Amino acid sequence: MIEIEHVTKRYGDVAVVDDVSMVIEPRTVTVIVGTSGSGKTTLLRMINRLVEPTSGTIRLDGVDNRTVPGPQLRRSIGYAIQGHGLFPHRTVAQNIATVPSLLGWDAGRIRARVDELLSLFQLDPAAFGARYPHELSGGQQQRVGVARALAAEPNVLLMDEPFGALDPIIRTKAQEDLLAIQRRFGTTIILVTHDMEEAVHLGDRIAVMDAGRLIQYAIPAEILARPANDFVETLVGASDRPFKLLSLGAVRDAVEPGEAEGAAIGDEATQRDALAELLWSGRAAMPVTDDEGRALGRVTVNGLVKRAARPA
Amino acid sequence: MAIRFDKLGVVIAAIAAYGAVVAPFATFRANRIVAGEPRSILEALPQWSGAALLAILGAAALVALLKTPLALRLAASVVVLTSLALLIGVAGAHLTPEGNSFARVSAASGFWLLIFAFTLLLADGLTRLQLSPVGRVAVLAVAAAAVWLLLASGAWNDLSLLKEYTNRADSFWNEASRHVTLALGSLVGAVAVGLPLGILCHRVDWLRDGVLNVLNIVQTIPSIALFGILIAPLGWVAANVPGAAAIGIRGIGVAPAFVALFLYSLLPVVANTVVGLAGVPRAANEAARGMGMTDWQRLRGVEFPLAFPVILTGIRIVLVQNIGLATIAALIGGGGFGVFVFQGVGQTAMDLVLLGAVPTVALAFAAAIILDAVIEMAAKGRPVAEAA
Repeated sequence: MIEIEHVTKRYGDVAVVDDVSMVIEPRTVTVIVGTSGSGKTTLLRMINRLVEPTSGTIRLDGVDNRTVPGPQLRRSIGYAIQGHGLFPHRTVAQNIATVPSLLGWDAGRIRARVDELLSLFQLDPAAFGARYPHELSGGQQQRVGVARALAAEPNVLLMDEPFGALDPIIRTKAQEDLLAIQRRFGTTIILVTHDMEEAVHLGDRIAVMDAGRLIQYAIPAEILARPANDFVETLVGASDRPFKLLSLGAVRDAVEPGEAEGAAIGDEATQRDALAELLWSGRAAMPVTDDEGRALGRVTVNGLVKRAARPA
Repeated sequence: MAIRFDKLGVVIAAIAAYGAVVAPFATFRANRIVAGEPRSILEALPQWSGAALLAILGAAALVALLKTPLALRLAASVVVLTSLALLIGVAGAHLTPEGNSFARVSAASGFWLLIFAFTLLLADGLTRLQLSPVGRVAVLAVAAAAVWLLLASGAWNDLSLLKEYTNRADSFWNEASRHVTLALGSLVGAVAVGLPLGILCHRVDWLRDGVLNVLNIVQTIPSIALFGILIAPLGWVAANVPGAAAIGIRGIGVAPAFVALFLYSLLPVVANTVVGLAGVPRAANEAARGMGMTDWQRLRGVEFPLAFPVILTGIRIVLVQNIGLATIAALIGGGGFGVFVFQGVGQTAMDLVLLGAVPTVALAFAAAIILDAVIEMAAKGRPVAEAA
């Protein structure tokens, strides 16, 4: 658990982060959203003390982060940034081994961990371990960057616009990979982005920041349904918030009894995908199957439209 | 097939034609300081060898002039350079009257022009070969071995340059070691001081401009003036600091030469350290900090290795510059190859000047090639261009 209490950061007279308090539950993904200059990156960097707060406290699992020396604290927290920040003069394996080496792991354990992570990120250890970062594609570099951040098995992973430099297709894939890895390791992830779509997709909770202040901190459905002010509403985007709302639910939860014609949709898909498919194929209903192909019922345009309405 | 000309070859052939036909090949003097009499290739070489050299030169010039295979161009340049090196020694023996130890024979402008033209051909060929760093050092080693072999064989013993050497064999090696000590020692000192200073300038903003400006000003002080400026403080140190005089610190001599070279060396070392560190990708630095590297670990593990090729470039500049600059140390009794240069100027004995100048140039040239190779190897596997 990460407790942020009345944290303020001033540069001269300007409060970049202004009296922010929030509690981040363990094993969840929290996304901090804001425009540039909102203080979101500064808030993130105060958690691992790359930036020292002017006032306020941050506790990690009950321990004030100022009681641990900065470098030692940062070795226990994963950190991934936009543009990956890989060391160009070190191989992929050496890059991933950075924090374990700093912690003094023995060579065998480091090698095993590097291979495990490379495999986890669908990079063949034998083929990629000895390569240099500039020999990889953008998506591969980003994956190595995240693998490096996870190398020492941190409980907390801080990510500063980690997918900002990726093209949309690779970004979607990277987001899926991140969620899969989060489920696997149970890492507490705090991710900074300016993209509300990404926030809704990844976040268990979303913190919206503006001009250094925490405007709203809630689950995505709440942010979409009841934006705290005009700024949040603008950020959410009035034109497609019903679709964002639908994207939060799985087809499984919208199944109605009955049958329908045509191609089926899996129950894992989002309700947004189901509605899109229905509209595109000009049908009023479509069958739903589980991952083994058994028929579960159907979803209907009418049913989905009701779910897309603002929650009471 | 139409005949096609090589652009550089046209220049080489023109220089070669002038050097072979118009300019004198060797100079004969009755003694070491009188004005020389020019000798053409045919006059300077015995019997058929003059004609043979002209034939070789003609053929090689043709190879250079036309678009020809790389191997042929390289072979032509090597054959010509070898012939010239051997035959200038023959000319020395041929032109020196029997038993006359005062007469001097030296290479003249034609010889040097021919050497220049075909070295150009060789260098162009080697560049096109795109040799690896190790390959380039190997070529340098072969060339050095060939020159050493010629020197050791005595083939050049009748040339004026070697006669000057023979008269000063002992002092030559003393001055050589003094020269290298001055150039390398001041470099080591400059790196020992300049590297930390550069790192400090990189980290402390307000220090950077001040330090670099001061070093820039130092760089613009003429060496003679710098020697003059140093006389008073070093003289004071020698007189007042116990033990200073005992280790050779004086107002003139080695100490001011060393200090001057050291000061001139600081700017390239500090400036390149600053530039190299500034070129380290911001994201890499940020990631290093975020993952819990201490300042020292970040400097040693990330910043320094990434800046190293740029810092090495500064060291290369310093070494080549120092080897040349160390010549003027002789002006204030600091020794080095400059001793022969200034003695030669004083005696109007050009061959004595060359005895100081040729090893200096050769040393600087070798240092440049070796350090370039080291820089290329240090930068290997790294996307240096991506740093921006």
